[in-house]
Amino acid sequence: MTVTDKTLGERLREHGISRRGFMKFCAATASMMALPPSMIPAIAAALEKARRPSVIWLSFQECTGCTESLTRSHSPTVEDLILSVISLDYHHTLQAAAGEAAEAAREQAMQENHGEYLLIVDGSLPGPDSNPGYSTIAGVSNYAMLMEAVEGAAAVVAVGTCAAFGGLPEASPNPTGAVSVMDLVKDKPVINVSGCPPVPMVITGVLAHYLTFGRLPELDQYHRPLAFFGQSIHDRCYRRPFYDKGLFAETFDDEGAKAGWCLYRLGCKGPSTYNACATMRWNSGTSWPIESGHPCLGCSEPRFWDAGSFYAPLSVPTDASGETLLAAGAVGAAIGGAVATLARRKVKTEAASRQPVTVEELEQKL
Amino acid sequence: MIDPVDFLLLVKGPLFVWALAIFALGLSVRILEIFVLGRRRNFAEPRAGEWLPGLRTMLTRSVADPGTFQRAPFNVIVGWIWHIGFLIALLLFIPHIELIKSLLGIYWPGLPNPIVDLVTAVTLVALVASLVHRLTHPVKKRISTFEDYLVWALTFLLVLTGYLAYHRIVNPYPLALGLHILTAEIFMILLPFTKLTHIFTALIARWYNGASFGRRGVQS
Repeated sequence: MTVTDKTLGERLREHGISRRGFMKFCAATASMMALPPSMIPAIAAALEKARRPSVIWLSFQECTGCTESLTRSHSPTVEDLILSVISLDYHHTLQAAAGEAAEAAREQAMQENHGEYLLIVDGSLPGPDSNPGYSTIAGVSNYAMLMEAVEGAAAVVAVGTCAAFGGLPEASPNPTGAVSVMDLVKDKPVINVSGCPPVPMVITGVLAHYLTFGRLPELDQYHRPLAFFGQSIHDRCYRRPFYDKGLFAETFDDEGAKAGWCLYRLGCKGPSTYNACATMRWNSGTSWPIESGHPCLGCSEPRFWDAGSFYAPLSVPTDASGETLLAAGAVGAAIGGAVATLARRKVKTEAASRQPVTVEELEQKL
Repeated sequence: MIDPVDFLLLVKGPLFVWALAIFALGLSVRILEIFVLGRRRNFAEPRAGEWLPGLRTMLTRSVADPGTFQRAPFNVIVGWIWHIGFLIALLLFIPHIELIKSLLGIYWPGLPNPIVDLVTAVTLVALVASLVHRLTHPVKKRISTFEDYLVWALTFLLVLTGYLAYHRIVNPYPLALGLHILTAEIFMILLPFTKLTHIFTALIARWYNGASFGRRGVQS
């Protein structure tokens, strides 16, 4: 039996994952994907038997934070193993091969699994109309590499906000003409796992769903899996009762902040952000940004870099300022003053040049 | 359909700047015009001061006299309820205070959200009641113009969209919040050019009245 012929179950056991640990993962996956508990054995059976699908991972304009998030757990977790064991015929950050050998591995995987491999992309890429030199791999532009790899892919998973929505490279003024995967790939299913970085469990959840059911999960209007992005941070936030009571931290070190009150006034974007941080948390369920006392930045939403200050409350306009108000008010005052002054002057000159008519004169005219 | 996040960023960004500029410009044109035109010069010898009666009338004219109340109790009570409710929601809801703080640098304590929520619900009911009354009362129906209905609809929509956004009834939330901000912008743009200007001129007009009474020695 060659390495690729082993099932996922066999590979997990080889890595010392117990049956119990595996079933726990399946149960967690079922509950995260909002599937009934009766589906757990089905998930377990499907994952147990799953042969690794070929996965090609392309990294473009990115910071490797997404890969870090997905791989760097303190101890090897089932999620981490599923991710690394499952596949990865090409991932230029993680693979041992380099240079031509690496590119050859990618081309070989693409040929052998044509039409069947999953393509995972992290990072945005310079669009077809911009200078391809802003980001290349082995002398090939990101755009050309993506389009070539998409050709034979069964589906494309855009991991991280850069790949999903353009992210930081696409932020104003977008010097490299960066675009998202969704902007370019129209004829293949695209699933966006946004976040900066995304929650690790979300990507393994999507992969587990794909392995179990052979199709991608239900998506929202931004092509994100509804099971993870269906609810807002605000609706699932453990600090929500403080918002509802009107108890807010107003600075990062006041009594409210120490008491763990709502961070809305410190700029929390939880109300407009859809992600799973509040329920799944980070670092093996240790904590998450709001629990550590920092407002949500809204990193899983499109254009979150251009949505105003991270520390300005959601209700604060992004461009308007007191100066706008003053300037417009001053112009208006000048116009109003001028119009009224002209009117007054007109009345005055009319009064000065007025020619009184006596009753006698009027009678003469008649 | 427009992308909800793009929509929210549009109404929070450039549209808000335009709405604010038109509001500030229009309103200061109107107010300055009123002050610079002033009143006709009165050559008669004043019988008493102007300031105190003016200030007093700003208060007394805000409360209906017994006769008015007896003739139109519905107008007085419902009118008071939704005006106060509107002001509480506008000025004491914490996200609104943050908005004012970001523009003017001044701020004050807000009310807990559940209180503002209750007041908003009462305001909505009172606004609906005022429309029903306008549509059914024979005299009010006759004297109502297009502008009256326009201003009612704007005010109602402004409160309603805020209520829906707070309760997250419309999804996704950026769309709900964007609709509320857009309604507020239309309100701000039309304010200087419709009877909504009374938000800023009602007290000035009352002062002028009272000052005129005082000068003539009439009870204010």
